[in-house]
Amino acid sequence: MARKITFSQAINEALSQEMARDETVIVMGEDNAGGAGSPGEQDAWGGVLGVTKGLFHKYPGRVLDTPLSEGGYIGAAVGAAACGMRPVAELMFIDFMGVCFDQIFNQAAKFRYMFGGKAVTPVVIRAMQGAGLRAAAQHSQMLTSLFTHIPGLKVVCPSTPYDAKGLLIQAIRDNDPVIFCEHKLLYGREGDVPEESYAIPFGEANVVREGNDATIVTYGRMVHYATEAAEKLTKDGIDVEVIDLRTTSPLDEETILESAERTGRVVVVDEANPRCSMATDISALIAQRAFHSLKAPIEMVTAPHTPTPFAGVLEDMYIPSAQQIADAVLKVRG
Amino acid sequence: MSVSTDLSKDELLKAYRMMRTIREFEERLHVEFATGEIPGFVHLYAGEEASAVGTMLHLNDADYVATTHRGHGHCIAKGVDVRGMMAEIYGRKAGVCHGKGGSMHIADLSKGMLGANGIVGAGGPLICGAALAAKYKKSGGVGVCFFGDGASNQGVIFESMNLASVWRLPAIFVAENNGYAEATSSTWSVATDNIADRASGFGMPGVIVDGFDFFAVHEALGEAIERARQGGGPTLVEVKFSRYFGHFEGDAQTYRAPGEVQKLRDEKDCLKRFEERVVRAEMLTAAQLRGIDAEVKSLIDSAVSEAKAAPLPTAEDLLSDVYVSYP
Repeated sequence: MARKITFSQAINEALSQEMARDETVIVMGEDNAGGAGSPGEQDAWGGVLGVTKGLFHKYPGRVLDTPLSEGGYIGAAVGAAACGMRPVAELMFIDFMGVCFDQIFNQAAKFRYMFGGKAVTPVVIRAMQGAGLRAAAQHSQMLTSLFTHIPGLKVVCPSTPYDAKGLLIQAIRDNDPVIFCEHKLLYGREGDVPEESYAIPFGEANVVREGNDATIVTYGRMVHYATEAAEKLTKDGIDVEVIDLRTTSPLDEETILESAERTGRVVVVDEANPRCSMATDISALIAQRAFHSLKAPIEMVTAPHTPTPFAGVLEDMYIPSAQQIADAVLKVRG
Repeated sequence: MSVSTDLSKDELLKAYRMMRTIREFEERLHVEFATGEIPGFVHLYAGEEASAVGTMLHLNDADYVATTHRGHGHCIAKGVDVRGMMAEIYGRKAGVCHGKGGSMHIADLSKGMLGANGIVGAGGPLICGAALAAKYKKSGGVGVCFFGDGASNQGVIFESMNLASVWRLPAIFVAENNGYAEATSSTWSVATDNIADRASGFGMPGVIVDGFDFFAVHEALGEAIERARQGGGPTLVEVKFSRYFGHFEGDAQTYRAPGEVQKLRDEKDCLKRFEERVVRAEMLTAAQLRGIDAEVKSLIDSAVSEAKAAPLPTAEDLLSDVYVSYP
């Protein structure tokens, strides 16, 4: 039975249902409840944007507020995972990865391999990412590709409430470390979400829109701009396929290549900066494996090679727009 | 002088055997490494045995330990298989990590050994997690983080101590101050006179102990571990001693005074002092200890020869065990 809830509520529901099902699932992060040690309301915030609200009272002792110590508590989540727990730790802004990245990429990601297959580290690290809130350079990045690069990590970027719930449930049940990226501007987005629990497998892209004239490959918030561009282009008689990656690691190479081979015209859209991005990664994949099917060079639509600016007018230029995406499709169409 | 009465003869024999095993393992590696046959880097624990053994005698498989790049001693004391460790150091498939980790990443989660670690200070947060898991599961287990004087200045160690106090975790932070972080002396790099002086800044008791004295270490860690088990929160124990060998094998140790190491071997050695005390107290005999020495030598000899003869990992091993499942 599906009903309309927001992306944020879908995440809360996924956490709640998994916490009900599995007592080893715990939640931790800065102000994931809020009010620790303070005289006022406990669970005052439920996360800086309210995503984890309510869990503190519903699951006593299982939602832990932390001091401002990402290195400490993200590493604690990793250590607890290696010792039989299933922690879901929140890295409030993915931009803060700098202060705790060692515990993610040198510890969690590498335990299984370095220890000869004997470690299981089922930690989920949830992090907000993306631009559009005028939060400026240190609170607006899309750092998906940095995590995707690391063997041993899985990286998930839902674009809809339905995907958010199903992918987070999968992430919690998954026995490998998962980076779960939540785009800030998607939190308020509504969508149909089943009440019951369900898991969406990793490595399965979603073909949001079928078409034979061109392929757009993208993920996260850009899925909606890509879809908007595709709708616009139907007026020009161009039928565009939109692929939502859902997970960048593992990557659904099959779906990407099948579409590229069929349409021969590819636009890759990525809200991140262009160098060493998901955009370049996917472009290289297609160029290597579907080269002879391509009728035009691959087009990439990305943010520029700059930090995210503060002024609204500049940030709006920074974020790829539906118009830019549509123009890119026209370009590959020649 | 009397031996602490809380140790039985069996425990004393066990302690001696463990310390002697570590000593012989490390001394032999020192010799073998010089032949060029051992890949990568090794960081030897010889001289520091009392710290690992004095601590580990209080622990069981439900307790967790994280250690450093200088981790062979802690691994042996925690019960990781000696032959498997030697094979790992030689990069063989029969190694405890199938040759995929090497000296700096020896681990055995079934024994609560979260691993040696190539990243200085990384064990701090991991042990907070292990202690959190133990507290959550009400297992009665504790987590012990071994780190060095170098690591004592690393940000995550400060974060871990604060976090362990705020969350009241059954964690013990053992700062093994051997006087040198690579080639830099700890008296220069640590702003306070003692690492333990920082403890009150993180809301926990701080204790200083002579790391060449097995009995002193055993007593101090016993108190800290019991405090943790009873829900009394974390402790910072600073173990002061020295390492005999260089930061890594190949380090000529020119930053140390001439004769510094030999003087320590002659005057402070933890195995010698242990023997003097237990023999004088008539708890054990020299003959018993020599018997153990011979058994240990035999164990190390066979571990080395087995490791040298063991098969190498294959191309399949290169690609395996990155994930539990993918996708």
